Amino acid sequence: MEDDAPVIYGLEFQARALTSQTAESDAIRFLVGTQSLKFDNQIHIIDFDDENNIISKSVLQHEAGEIWHISASPADKAVLTTCYNINWSFGALGVQNASESRVVTSSAVWRMPPEWESGSHESPDDPHNSHNPQSLDLLCHLDNSAHGNASCVLWEPMGDGKRVISLADNHALLWDLTESSTQATISSSATLEGKGQLKFTSGKWSPHHNCTQLATANDTAIRGWDLRTMKQIYCIENAHGQLVRDLDFNPNKQYYLASCGDDCKVKFWDVRNISEPVKTLEEHSHWVWSVRYNHSHDQLVLTGSSDSRVILSNMVSISSEPFGHLVDDDDLSDGEDNHNDEKTKEPLQDSIISMYEEHEDSVYAIEWSSADPWLFASLSYDGRLVINRVPRALKYRILL
Amino acid sequence: MASVSVPRKRRVHGMLKLYYGLNEEGKTVDQAESLDPCDINGPHFDPEVYLNKLRRECSLGELMDQESCMVKQIRSLDSDMQTLVYENYNKFISATDTIRKMKNDFKKMEDEMDCLTTNMAAITVFSARISGTLQDQHAQITKLSGVHTLLRKLQFLFELPARLNKCLELQAYAQAVTSHRRARCVLQQYSHMPSFRGIQDDCHAIMDKLAQELRQKFRDGGSSAKDLSECVELLLQLDEPAEELCDKFLTHARSLSATPTAGTDILEFIDRGCNEFVSSLCLVIASYQELFVNRPQESNLAYKNIPQMAVGKLHAFVDSLAARYFSLVERRIQEEKSVGDNSLLVRALDRFHRRLQAVAKLLPGSAVPSQGTEIVVRAARERVKQYLAALQSFYLDSLTDVRQALAAPRLPELLSSLSASILNQIKTVLASVHLFTAKDITFSNKPYFKGEFCSQGVRESLVVNFIKFVCQSSRQFCESAVDRGGSTPPALLLLLSRLCLDYETSTISYILTLTDEQFLVQHHSPVTAVTALCGEAREAAQKLLNHYVKVQGLIISQMLRKSVETRDWVNTIEPRNVRAVMKRVVEDTTSIDVQVGLLYEEGVRKAHSSDSSKRTFSVYSSSRQQSRYTPSYTPSAPMDTNLMSNIHKLFSERIDIFSPVEFNKVSVLTGIIKISLKTFLECVRLRTFGRYGLQQIQVDCHYLQMYLWRFVSDENLVHFLLDEIVGSTAHRCLDPAPMEQSVIEVICERG
Repeated sequence: MEDDAPVIYGLEFQARALTSQTAESDAIRFLVGTQSLKFDNQIHIIDFDDENNIISKSVLQHEAGEIWHISASPADKAVLTTCYNINWSFGALGVQNASESRVVTSSAVWRMPPEWESGSHESPDDPHNSHNPQSLDLLCHLDNSAHGNASCVLWEPMGDGKRVISLADNHALLWDLTESSTQATISSSATLEGKGQLKFTSGKWSPHHNCTQLATANDTAIRGWDLRTMKQIYCIENAHGQLVRDLDFNPNKQYYLASCGDDCKVKFWDVRNISEPVKTLEEHSHWVWSVRYNHSHDQLVLTGSSDSRVILSNMVSISSEPFGHLVDDDDLSDGEDNHNDEKTKEPLQDSIISMYEEHEDSVYAIEWSSADPWLFASLSYDGRLVINRVPRALKYRILL
Repeated sequence: MASVSVPRKRRVHGMLKLYYGLNEEGKTVDQAESLDPCDINGPHFDPEVYLNKLRRECSLGELMDQESCMVKQIRSLDSDMQTLVYENYNKFISATDTIRKMKNDFKKMEDEMDCLTTNMAAITVFSARISGTLQDQHAQITKLSGVHTLLRKLQFLFELPARLNKCLELQAYAQAVTSHRRARCVLQQYSHMPSFRGIQDDCHAIMDKLAQELRQKFRDGGSSAKDLSECVELLLQLDEPAEELCDKFLTHARSLSATPTAGTDILEFIDRGCNEFVSSLCLVIASYQELFVNRPQESNLAYKNIPQMAVGKLHAFVDSLAARYFSLVERRIQEEKSVGDNSLLVRALDRFHRRLQAVAKLLPGSAVPSQGTEIVVRAARERVKQYLAALQSFYLDSLTDVRQALAAPRLPELLSSLSASILNQIKTVLASVHLFTAKDITFSNKPYFKGEFCSQGVRESLVVNFIKFVCQSSRQFCESAVDRGGSTPPALLLLLSRLCLDYETSTISYILTLTDEQFLVQHHSPVTAVTALCGEAREAAQKLLNHYVKVQGLIISQMLRKSVETRDWVNTIEPRNVRAVMKRVVEDTTSIDVQVGLLYEEGVRKAHSSDSSKRTFSVYSSSRQQSRYTPSYTPSAPMDTNLMSNIHKLFSERIDIFSPVEFNKVSVLTGIIKISLKTFLECVRLRTFGRYGLQQIQVDCHYLQMYLWRFVSDENLVHFLLDEIVGSTAHRCLDPAPMEQSVIEVICERG
């Protein structure tokens, strides 16, 4: 099973931001944003050749600052957004008057230079090219200085790349982009109000209900928003014992939502009944930073944690697919209704498929490939990117 | 010559011996078995063979010896025989003398017998003559006496109506009935004669009246069961239809049997019930049986099927009454909820059961006693349930008490008092329940109380369920508290964990052994094994301790997180002190250490160097050098620090932060510190630091290092995590200019 062996790629910098190139459906391509305070930050474009098991990378300069979040446009391969720190004192060596320095997180829409794909492919161990990388072209700032520090930017799922939401402190801002994405205007916004310093930690734009719903996490609560009215539609207080770190929507079941947090748990919710989670996983031994449903087989759930592990779970009992069968896309709405009947027929077994221990530092980001549903990447703080596959035996069991 | 005579003499000798019973048992067996023709004493002795054998085998000298020996034997045998013959002769002579004497005596007797015969003949003749003379007078006397009796009877008949009336007046019904019965047949027979007809009619009228009166009395009630039975007896004798009587009797008895009133005390209640209901029931059964079932069969054919009918009616009657009684009793038993004194209930049940045995004896086929036993069994079962509930509520109450007492640092005393009081309570309950199986209780020898009650009732549903409940409720503390942010005080978790662990090591097996011994439990059905319970207890203990670590770690983590998140690290001032929160962390850790130390053993730790607190941060110092000597921009530069920490990580094992802990102090503390420091690390990585921010973290980490290493099993763990924190801070620092180690030390020592 040498094909199942993980492929490891090392970045020179520490990194937290990872995304797959959403608009790309042929090549397996991930984007990684680095974090460095001392040097220019980069966006690494990692191409994975599935047949030959070879990684090739291109590097683009991201001079604006260290990247905390990255997200690729679903419509245009070349467009992406980042959330980055701007250090006002950056470059001024030995700032004596410390009161002047400030750290602000901002967000912007970028376009990759057109040449990166055409010729500049390089092997990771070629040191020369990295000295003169190309830079990203700035399309527009999602200017939110009035709203505070941006924590993440979300593209409209399966949209035309015209709408994004940015979460900044306690604001959720819906932006409309112009055709060329060179200008962004706030079309509506929602503000979280309450006691203390409220701050969105993460969010997810639901692909269901005609993309009119948004879920956000702040502290221990998960909130749902209706984007048409920008009003809260549900709120799961104390969803986790501690901070909620990440969310993901089930791509096939419109009411199902996964969340993870500092209580080491991964919880699955049915937002129609928020009093109790549908299911709880407690496999990680430290905070769970990221949770991702597989885009097409929603029983496959990936989680990454600061215990340096990535866990792939098979949540058959709450997936849209009855065990061992594939449901056609047309039947998805029925799939949910049939689900209960299926459940009584045969006992479905939720299980951990495997635990990936290739990382040696905290894993902050994981992502499924948008091109190959059986492939995923995980990124740990020390800059190690690991590409893994779903075990072949399981893959065949799901497919056949 | 000699050889021929020897066997014959032998045979004769043998016969004599047979005659005188001289044969010895052992010898006969021997002789019978010896078939050897050369055995001179054997029955199959063949002189020819013997002689030949001798001649063949022996030398002349031996032959001579043999011969002389044989002659000697023959001679002694001869003399034996002569003696025997002489003795026989003597006996024969004495026998002859005796016979002669007898002959003389018989002759005398014959003469006397003849004389007796003649005398008897004379007596017969005289007697015949006398009876002949007295014949006439005798006949006359017989006739006269016959007339007399007839006259007396007639007189009785004529006087009968008057007498009956008188009896009626005096209410001597029994006498009246007897008189009438005596006369009835005669009157019936002579009813064709007008005078007798008159008497008969009179009698009938009177008897009807009497019957009417009896019935009235019967119906009236108010009379005792004995009176009643008398009435019934008389009515039966008057040919009243038995079935109707049965019904009436039973209806009457039903109203008689008083329903027991609700008393204050169960024993009193049962007592009253027994005295009033059961005894009157017994009386009714007894008199009823006397009247209808055991009646002598002399009565006419119509009565033949009465017993069956009567018994059937009786059973139905008793059953319906008993059902009412039982429902009352059961309702009363159910009211008996207070578990204080079980002996009262047991005694009441015992009395109840014992009294029902009387019914069983009177009415062998009745279902009443078995129903009664069932009630007792149900009551016992209910009782066990109540005791379980009582134990559980006691446990919860004592937990509440403990919770209130937690403030004071007396955990070991609290633990011992808690466990002692629980054990005591269990013992008390066992003692109370044990009353059910005491020897002097009648129902204790029923199969239910011997087997199922002990094993399923007491052992399983009381003791085992209670232990399970303890584990269960402990586990609930872990689960509920997670989501609601730790409403359970951590000390309670620790205490419970120790309690469960103690249960696992000793208490469970002690309690079960105690139960088994007290109740002589014979395991017919599968019962929960001690090991399974122990496993459950251990699991609960582990869970509680893990949870304790989690909660305590979380408390410290929150402090650290707040301290990192709320500060502006870029614009902070140069560190002069260790931040107060670090002192809080150390203080809290110390107090946790004390708290855990009260209940758990020290545990093993890896040997540590004496200068642990003086250690410098290796990773950081190397990265410091790196940054000092590398040019301002090379992508490979940060790689080196990465490399350093990666190499470091290669040699240290992966650390599981929220991993299960062992049951000792060091392991618990290690867990808590691991959680806290990991949180610190993750928080630091999310911030950006200025120069002084980094220096402050350096100071803080050094301070933590000085104090935390002593709590953990492996100080390298603390070092590693603190190195990581400082290393990460350096990475996140805009202007990484670290503080001199000596300055750090001075600041930390200043406190």
